[in-house]
Amino acid sequence: MPSLSTAPDDHVLRLTGVSLGYGDVDILRDISLDVRRGQVVALMGGSGSGKTTLLRAATGQIKARAGQVILFDTNLAHVDGEVLQSLRQKMGVLFQQGALFTDLNVFENVAFPLREHTQLTGPELLCRALDTLEAVGLRAAAHLKVSEISGGMARRVALARAVVLEPELVLYDEPFAGLDPISLGITARLIRSLSDRLGCASVVITHDITESFAIADHVYLVGQGVIKAHGTPATLGNSSDPYVQQFLKGESDGPVPFDYPNSQQFDAWLARQEAKK
Amino acid sequence: MSLNTSLSTIGRGVRTRIGRLGTFTRFFWLLLQRSSIFLSRPRLVSQQIHFIGNYSLLIIAVSGLFVGFVLGLQGYYTLNRYGAEEALGLLVALSLTRELGPVVTALLFAGRAGTSLTAEIGLMKAGEQLAAMEVMAVDPMRRVLVPRLWAGIIAMPILAAVFSMVGILGGWIVGVLMIGIDTGAFWSQMQSGVDVWNDIMNGVIKSFVFGVAVTLIALYEGWQSRPTPEGVARATTRTVVAGSLAVLGLDFLLTALMFSN
Repeated sequence: MPSLSTAPDDHVLRLTGVSLGYGDVDILRDISLDVRRGQVVALMGGSGSGKTTLLRAATGQIKARAGQVILFDTNLAHVDGEVLQSLRQKMGVLFQQGALFTDLNVFENVAFPLREHTQLTGPELLCRALDTLEAVGLRAAAHLKVSEISGGMARRVALARAVVLEPELVLYDEPFAGLDPISLGITARLIRSLSDRLGCASVVITHDITESFAIADHVYLVGQGVIKAHGTPATLGNSSDPYVQQFLKGESDGPVPFDYPNSQQFDAWLARQEAKK
Repeated sequence: MSLNTSLSTIGRGVRTRIGRLGTFTRFFWLLLQRSSIFLSRPRLVSQQIHFIGNYSLLIIAVSGLFVGFVLGLQGYYTLNRYGAEEALGLLVALSLTRELGPVVTALLFAGRAGTSLTAEIGLMKAGEQLAAMEVMAVDPMRRVLVPRLWAGIIAMPILAAVFSMVGILGGWIVGVLMIGIDTGAFWSQMQSGVDVWNDIMNGVIKSFVFGVAVTLIALYEGWQSRPTPEGVARATTRTVVAGSLAVLGLDFLLTALMFSN
């Protein structure tokens, strides 16, 4: 069940009027959102809506073109490499494809952050990594190579690696993509239970409505470069906003066009193809 | 094409290449700055020496043996004309330690270990493994690239020594066992004619320089590759081409510096 017991000023991540983009193209503009300790926040939107770009801004991989990204009370616009490294040690990230190290086995993947950032002895490290693997139900898979485990298991290993240092903020990039229904349900419950157990904030980037609404305390809906709506799952479920309704019901008709918009480049390409006939 | 267009094309090409050279030099400098991991975590380097060196050993040894066979045969045919076939050992040893050992090893290294390094780094990039390290507050340059660079630098002279050693053995097999040159003359001519500092050490210095060049090019191409199957494939090809040309170009420069009077 979603937890709502958060202090009002207990911010872990705060974006205020943020604009993001690559090259000459602005992907997102005027984005404001808050993530508090103990909260599970879902960031939803269609493919290509800029959700992963938001994650990259939160991890300091890209700088905001306007506005402020405040991570653990530190403005990321003004941090140097060392400060950013220390901030990153307080967060865990689950990548879309898991991003497991293919030259290491399951255990070594989970132990990797411990080896890099702690002074644990061999037995302590073994115990901690196995405990974390147990939390995701993969203690007995510790010895397996990454190539020997399924996609769902790989996602759970990546989840264990993301939380093994008991971070204060965990960012999940499409944690439910490509999972079978059983793995999907398990992963969703794991995210909620880890968040409750560790007391960390969780940001889940997804377009899976059922699972994310079941575990999230607050949902932000990203579309057309802005935050279209936000609120609790119940609030959004009852919203009459046509964009929200189209997204939640998966309708092809609505503010979001199904067809890719026509362009001069396409017309020129089509003319060349027809001229070849 | 007008003169202006031609000049601007040439200028753009030159500027791009100078820019790339600058990026490459900066890349090398960034790796050197992070090289303290070589002392703080030597196990990372030794693992890579095993991976890069051990897996290249067989191809290096077999190639060295065949090059030694050919040197033995060709050397005998030439020396025999002047009745100097006893000098075959000296000819084989000097050819291998001064020139063929470092150069052929570096060319084989570029093809075997260099491509492997580029593909590995490129695929780590494509699979977001490097990005994952970065957001885990682990510097991927320090953790992944630096151990591989030092492993390549250390492995290359050792592999070149193995190549030369096996090559000399190949020359001995052909010259002494097959053709029948006196074994005492073969080894004594070599012993008296090969200078440890002028010949062997210069060969070691060459292979050290080739180790830096080839490993650095392989890592740079992997690091700069586009994170797609096509991007990684192109980067791997560039490693072989650029690595081989760099070895041959540097060999000319080093030979001119080392062996000129």
